[in-house]
Amino acid sequence: MTSAPPTAASAEVGTQLPELVATITRLDLIKYAGASGDYNVIHWSQRIATAVGLPGVIAHGMLTMAVAARVVTDWVGDSARVEHYSVRFSAPVPVPDDDRGIDVTLRGVVEEKLPDGRVRVAITATIGEGTTVLSAATAIVRLD
Amino acid sequence: MEAGDPMNKALLGKQYPAPDTFEVGREHIRQFAEAIGDTNPVHRDPAAARAAGHPDIIAPPTFLHGLGFRFPEPSPLTDPELGVDFSRIVHGEQAFDAHRPVVAGDVLSMVTTITGIRDAGKNELLVTETAITDQDGKPVATLTATLVSRGTAAQEAAS
Repeated sequence: MTSAPPTAASAEVGTQLPELVATITRLDLIKYAGASGDYNVIHWSQRIATAVGLPGVIAHGMLTMAVAARVVTDWVGDSARVEHYSVRFSAPVPVPDDDRGIDVTLRGVVEEKLPDGRVRVAITATIGEGTTVLSAATAIVRLD
Repeated sequence: MEAGDPMNKALLGKQYPAPDTFEVGREHIRQFAEAIGDTNPVHRDPAAARAAGHPDIIAPPTFLHGLGFRFPEPSPLTDPELGVDFSRIVHGEQAFDAHRPVVAGDVLSMVTTITGIRDAGKNELLVTETAITDQDGKPVATLTATLVSRGTAAQEAAS
């Protein structure tokens, strides 16, 4: 990180967090399956994923949620500051079988200042031409 | 999708304790941080974690979701009394409320409770709360999942 960590005094309603573009590849899905224990077949088999009506292999929603948290944790510098984090899964993230993967664009904005140095951050996560993949994504973080 | 049988709403409040504790290892935290692309040293380097005020490396916020895969049973999803058709289930929402970070060396216990079963149009929503506690019985985090059961809401009698 190049910027100074935010403080309760410096964070204002409307403060934008540094944008993050995270790339998810098929290899990332394999890594996440192993790390989380989520071996659901739609996250690694093109054959099964298309058979159940998906566009192809899709990312674990919880991987997208974990990656999206980074826009907040990179900003505050320590994930221990995250007291609450919630999302709604609004669209699948299809991950192509190529060397490029898919980019998820993550943005955050301080939406509300709360007591005791905490702030509520609204997070957006989009793919492609702006398809929202997480909606109502919110984190409450504790600042100094 | 054709309509399916509704879930058994009498199971509201039923609890599903994990059959064993979950030991949080440093390498597992490192593996998880690597998988989600998080390079923060508080997830990798004990010295950096201690410098940040933690007793050891800490896990990223959503790490705890993996406990459910470690202990797939007992679970509302596999409880025949509840009657979930797993092929209809979609993960709708997820929330984490942390009392403290998960630290390498923690020995965690987990109890999942059914806190909601309600209709949403043709679908039903199953809400579960998973309470995670540490080796001293103190709360670590609460995970709230909203699962959508597609097409299982009780149907009006055909007119």
